[in-house]
Amino acid sequence: MLTSSLSSPSRSIFDPLQLTGEIHSVETCGSVDGPGLRFIIFTQGCPLRCLYCHNPDCRDHQGGQTTTVEALITDIQHYRSYMDASGGGVTVSGGEPLLQPQFVAELMHQCQTLGIHTALDTSGYSDLASAQQVLQYTDLVLLDLKSYDPQRFTQVTQVSREPTFRLARYLSEIGKPTWIRFVLVPNLTDNVENVANLAQFVATLTNIEWVEVLPFHQMGAYKWEQLGYDYRLQETQPPSPELVARVCQQFRDYGLSVR
Amino acid sequence: MFKQWTDFQCGSWTQEVNVQDFIQKNYTPYLGDATFLAAASDRTKLLWDKVSFLMGLEREQGILDADTQVPAGVTAHAPGYIAPELEQIVGLQTDQPLKRAIMPLGGIRVVQKSLEAYGYELNPDTLKTFTQYRKTHNDGVFDAYTQEMRLARHSGIITGLPDAYGRGRIIGDYRRVTLYGVTYLITEKQQQLQSLEVDVMDEGVIQRREELSEQIRALRELQTMATGYGFDISQPAATAQEAVQWTYFGYLGAIKEQNGAAMSLGRVSTFLDIYIQRDLSQGTLTEEQAQELIDHFVMKLRMVRFLRTPAYNELFSGDPVWVTESIGGIGLDGRTLVTRSSFRFLHTLYNLGPAPEPNLTVLWSEKLPENFKRFCAQVSIDTSSIQYENDDLMRAEYGDDYGIACCVSAMRIGKQMQFFGARVNLAKALLYAINGGKDEKSGEQIAPAYAPIVGEVLDYDEVMAKFDVLMGWLAKLYVNTLNVIHYMHDKYCYERLEMALHDRDVYRTMACGIAGLSVVADSLSAIKHTEVKVIRNEARLAVDYELQGNYPAFGNNDDRVDSIAHDVVRRFMNHVRQHKTYRDAVPTQSILTITSNVVYGKKTGSTPDGRKAGEPFGPGANPMHGRDTKGAIASCESVAQLPYQHAQDGISYTFSIVPQALGKVDTEQGHNLVGLLDGYFHNTGQHININVLNRETLLDAIDHPDKYPQLTIRVSGYAVNFIKLTREQQMDVVNRTFHSHF
Repeated sequence: MLTSSLSSPSRSIFDPLQLTGEIHSVETCGSVDGPGLRFIIFTQGCPLRCLYCHNPDCRDHQGGQTTTVEALITDIQHYRSYMDASGGGVTVSGGEPLLQPQFVAELMHQCQTLGIHTALDTSGYSDLASAQQVLQYTDLVLLDLKSYDPQRFTQVTQVSREPTFRLARYLSEIGKPTWIRFVLVPNLTDNVENVANLAQFVATLTNIEWVEVLPFHQMGAYKWEQLGYDYRLQETQPPSPELVARVCQQFRDYGLSVR
Repeated sequence: MFKQWTDFQCGSWTQEVNVQDFIQKNYTPYLGDATFLAAASDRTKLLWDKVSFLMGLEREQGILDADTQVPAGVTAHAPGYIAPELEQIVGLQTDQPLKRAIMPLGGIRVVQKSLEAYGYELNPDTLKTFTQYRKTHNDGVFDAYTQEMRLARHSGIITGLPDAYGRGRIIGDYRRVTLYGVTYLITEKQQQLQSLEVDVMDEGVIQRREELSEQIRALRELQTMATGYGFDISQPAATAQEAVQWTYFGYLGAIKEQNGAAMSLGRVSTFLDIYIQRDLSQGTLTEEQAQELIDHFVMKLRMVRFLRTPAYNELFSGDPVWVTESIGGIGLDGRTLVTRSSFRFLHTLYNLGPAPEPNLTVLWSEKLPENFKRFCAQVSIDTSSIQYENDDLMRAEYGDDYGIACCVSAMRIGKQMQFFGARVNLAKALLYAINGGKDEKSGEQIAPAYAPIVGEVLDYDEVMAKFDVLMGWLAKLYVNTLNVIHYMHDKYCYERLEMALHDRDVYRTMACGIAGLSVVADSLSAIKHTEVKVIRNEARLAVDYELQGNYPAFGNNDDRVDSIAHDVVRRFMNHVRQHKTYRDAVPTQSILTITSNVVYGKKTGSTPDGRKAGEPFGPGANPMHGRDTKGAIASCESVAQLPYQHAQDGISYTFSIVPQALGKVDTEQGHNLVGLLDGYFHNTGQHININVLNRETLLDAIDHPDKYPQLTIRVSGYAVNFIKLTREQQMDVVNRTFHSHF
């Protein structure tokens, strides 16, 4: 159906399917970035420099593969039966997808047209207009809140907290289903007060389905080494089960559903 | 009408042997969940302790004991017991648990070597009998083998041939013993014999008449064997306990007589459920007792042993017997064939712990009850002990009463058999094409002396043309070799009892097979999409390859290479189809390596895909490990899209994943595994082994085997006990792609 409309002579010169974006890679068996089995697209390029980043190879704006919306949509459709059977869909992750709003918006638009559920995995570090462009085609947002304390936030990410928190409030205003993700790093983000303040903030939002506490792990460490980047969390251990339980409980204390 | 059939609904099954009709008329589909299941009884625990203890001793010693004198047979040994006061289901292959019998009809040399390997000596009189007075299958085969066949076997381009032991992959319809009793079955066989009193007594008729007479003799022996245990199986089974016992006796007779490469059970759980359901509703059986019957039956199936050489065990990873039981599926009328007993069989993996045998095989359909799907997924996550096969795909070919023989071979039970043909090493064949028919390791001329490729850089069209010629030669030699083997097997080592539990006229397939598909596909893709330079030794033999750049690799759902794999499967099958087969068997092929992918790799030189000499192949139809970059489902899809119509003997795929990569929480992991299976089979995948394991667990098990006596993993088409693998095989499993992105 899509290809036949492509060849239609009456079509205008601008073809949204031919929009290109920079992507790092895809993962056909995503199971932790949204519900069900998901086709994950990792976009290339990220403005943040998170100390614990597990995809540092997606940071640089250069070095991705240039891909059209059409090529991705063709590929995605191969996995339709897995998505349908599991209640899955497509997740655009990164990198930071909102750096390429037009491309990501069109990709999600095409997915929705085909009845495929869309999720946006974002740091929220974006101007609102770009985000809005994408959000009109997004069924679910996975929003990373890296820290409540502004200084700590900047220490972790090298950027300001404000765009992210502004987006969080906006998502609540428009009632967009959202999962909040919080990466728990010992001695970096685990401070009791920081977590409590974050939980209190999240509890003011009315669109939150889940809070996911993601325990820090060292599985991305080899990538830092390969890229020759300075990895400062070399010595950091994953949080203990007790610490994870404490933090989860802090969110629950504010009436949030935590997993 | 037998009185034992009271309360059953009549049908054509009451007029003639028709187990499928009996099941359809009488079974109760179950849509509920697993909460009804009962835990292991005290008797079960005590008995399993005893069996586990004996298995521990066996692991230390290699084998527990062996009979060095009496050739096995249905009635060769006195009744044996583990602990008669505990056993609800009785019967052992010999007079002692785990004691191995000798089965010289397949070949006396293997028997002799196997005994020697474990420190036993074959009785001289027995040796004399089978060298001077009674010829064996193995001797017959080597009398007829041509020089070319010997060479191909020796070089390993054709490998794993059942020419020195039982061929197996035949499933007797053991349920017939339960439903009809032996007297009825003998009467029917006598009528069949009479029906072959015809005007022209040609070879085919003579052979069948002799076979039918042997079948009748075997059925009589089966009855005698059961009498030894105090049961009269001349009549149908009257209770659930008898039903399980009669079916097991049928199977036991078969494994006393044959050490086939795979001795599969068939599809008994829903059949037995009818008897269990009848007793439950009459109040003569409780759920605890029903589970106990299945637990004790399964315990016996875990104890099936054959005497084999250590080399055989190395090839197949441990001591496999492929007691495959097919569970679930959907009937032709659309009702699910899942019953409470489908759950009970799977539940043995909890009551007795995980185990490789019996080879529990779930026939998956998108239409299976959701509760059953979820239960299966949970069992996989907890035990890694089950495999799944596509019922929606196979039902169309085989109806709703087929079973799986060995790993992936579907056949209508009691109506169809196969001539097992092991496999050819297709990666080696590709190297022969490049080297003009010479073996890349020895330099020996094995295939006819075709012109070798002399260019420095491999050209796709030139390689493909030569490869096609080579495949044509190989297919012809292969089918001829199998004809020799199966002629001799029928003559010297006929499966009397298993075939007695078949119809008179069976549908036969000639089950060929290929190994190394992903190596071949990647090699051809490399030749097509990059520059592959040949490195030759001083004898001008191509021994290694140098690659410039990347090529699309099989396992990424990339049509540029998947279409090559597809083409190779179709081409080789079409070559096979051109040849006359013994007894006009219909040729098929499998894409299956068992665990022999390690050994095949060892025997194969470097290949143009960049794989170095000696490195393992991917198992079955698996992509080569480390070459899939798009994640687990892309890899599934490459395999799912292989053409089943050209590989009807099955396409084996092994999938290993760490639990966290299936989802963040338990419930999601089960949900997503169900989704994965639904998606894979919807897209026409035929078979998938599911392992849900952590790499760390496996590494720990290598260092501390005593901590993991029951650690089970699925490999190409069946399950193995991990600690029984050789170290090389263990490392292959650890290194093989573990999908772990999260």
